[in-house]
Amino acid sequence: MGSHKILAFAFVVLMGVSVLAQGPKYGIGRTPTTEEIKAIDISIGPTGEELPPGKGSPKEGAQLYRTKGCAACHGAQATEGPAPNLKSKDPKNPDVWARGRILPLRAPFATIVWDYINRGMPLNREGTLTPDEVYSLTAYLLFINDVIPEDQALDQQSLPKVKMPIGDNYALVPADWKPGTRRLKGYPY
Amino acid sequence: MGSKRSVRREFLKSGAALAGGLTLGAAAPSLAGQQAAESHHAPPSWPMIKGDKESNLVAYGDRSKYVTSVRIAHPVGGRPSPDQFGLTFHIASPLQDSVGVITPSSLHYVATTRGAFMPDIDPKEHRLMIHGLVDRPLTFTMEDLKRLPSVTRLHFIECAGNRSSRSGKNVQQTHGMVSCAEWTGVLLSTLLKECGVKDSAKWFVAEGAEEVKGASSMPIAKAMDDGLVAYGMNGEAVRPQNGFPLRLMVPGFEGIFHTKYLRRIKVVDRYYINYNDFGHLDQDRDEAALGYQIGPKSVITFPSGEQRLPGKGFYEISGLAWSGGGAIKLVEVSTDGGKKWNKAEFKGTPQRMAFTRFGYQWNWDGNETEILSRCTDEIGQAQPTRAQIAKYWNKPYDQTFSVPGLDNSVQPWRIASDGSVTNGFA
Repeated sequence: MGSHKILAFAFVVLMGVSVLAQGPKYGIGRTPTTEEIKAIDISIGPTGEELPPGKGSPKEGAQLYRTKGCAACHGAQATEGPAPNLKSKDPKNPDVWARGRILPLRAPFATIVWDYINRGMPLNREGTLTPDEVYSLTAYLLFINDVIPEDQALDQQSLPKVKMPIGDNYALVPADWKPGTRRLKGYPY
Repeated sequence: MGSKRSVRREFLKSGAALAGGLTLGAAAPSLAGQQAAESHHAPPSWPMIKGDKESNLVAYGDRSKYVTSVRIAHPVGGRPSPDQFGLTFHIASPLQDSVGVITPSSLHYVATTRGAFMPDIDPKEHRLMIHGLVDRPLTFTMEDLKRLPSVTRLHFIECAGNRSSRSGKNVQQTHGMVSCAEWTGVLLSTLLKECGVKDSAKWFVAEGAEEVKGASSMPIAKAMDDGLVAYGMNGEAVRPQNGFPLRLMVPGFEGIFHTKYLRRIKVVDRYYINYNDFGHLDQDRDEAALGYQIGPKSVITFPSGEQRLPGKGFYEISGLAWSGGGAIKLVEVSTDGGKKWNKAEFKGTPQRMAFTRFGYQWNWDGNETEILSRCTDEIGQAQPTRAQIAKYWNKPYDQTFSVPGLDNSVQPWRIASDGSVTNGFA
């Protein structure tokens, strides 16, 4: 058997292994139904594809901001705490980064604001807001940060399209991270 | 005689009798109301630690009452833990009292993003769902997970806020937001292969079951490399403060990525930027890169701040080294303020993303000096001084300088001629 044949044989064997590796090996775990996945999947990505139907305006959000207790922790003006500020104290600064670490201002996608309100608010009543209420509160926070006008309602289609002030002026953790590599190429520490 | 016998019978029935025949022989006569004979052993003779059925000697062992090492709220002067609502926030581990490389579960550091609402999860009801860009979404019970092939590994976890400051008086205050434990569970790659990851998968989102459903995004390469879904910690179940019943371990990444109360993993094609990830956005690409994998770091735990050397003479300097880049390869100690560096000895074999205990034998001449340690990991990353980092970034090294990413700089301890040890940055 020539070396080419051995290589060809090894190739076929390796291919066979990799195909087998794609199948379940242990047969442990239960297949969830589509409804079960939908019920637990609250992750909203930047494209907004997971957003539920619904609609809300800044005016509706302003009312909810008071009635849902947001103002109690974030302040009536959204700048007084003790919870994180939701409005910049320096809103006219041309450098968006200098306006402060304000989620509805610094987030590169409006979906991040929607996701977090839906996921983690309000304190001690997490998960109780309806999609309409989350759209309204998101719209309100974007309005008070001059991201959208007061008469712009947001829904499933329009929310992911909101142009955030940070634009693409931000950096992320490295997408090309690989095991066994330095934190930063060329960085000795 | 009758009462004497019943006392003795009660005593034998109690769990305390199991504590050992030696104590039984010494204690039984005095319980029977008789005068114990004077021991001919050298003094001192100690009273017996009595057990009860619920705790200490039988059900769950206690440490000696003379061992008083405890965790503290972090940082000093910061938000109290627990706060007025009973929530705990950041809690630092007493590294100054640590020996070896394992942090006892009761002393493991704790950090939360919003004050720990600690869910009281019934493990029988807990599920882990894996879905998204996989061929077969799967839901696992805790029983399912324990049937799968397991791994047991030592890994440190460190909070991104673990940075020394001038005001830190001891190593618990300067470095206490890091700990190392033995974690047992199933490799995330085992679970993902069972689900069949699609070619389009690039990232995954891990989510907890606590009230805010804390979630983080990480590259799928990390999941397939050494991600671990842990149910065991130091030989028992993971503690609630550390994510009972299930915690994601992503060795070497900042603490926040080690998702507690893990209930869901969603495999996705892009970076999802959850609220937790929002904190990692940066203006500068290089600084953003540093907010991920922890750099090489070491610190001397003995002698360290607020300890006191009783006099000149022999001391084994002891400390801990760790890195998010892999195993520790070299630790050096200086006892003259950084002029001369000496190779330290490893106590045990360094493991990937785990504490390595080091020692250096030293004869103190009684003169004022400064002691420091620095380490290098297996991929060649070296622990820097703050001045070196400032120089690299072309920034002035003054009191306002802040190390980009997690602060892994060298910690100096100053030893005065009276043996007192203080923070060299103060």
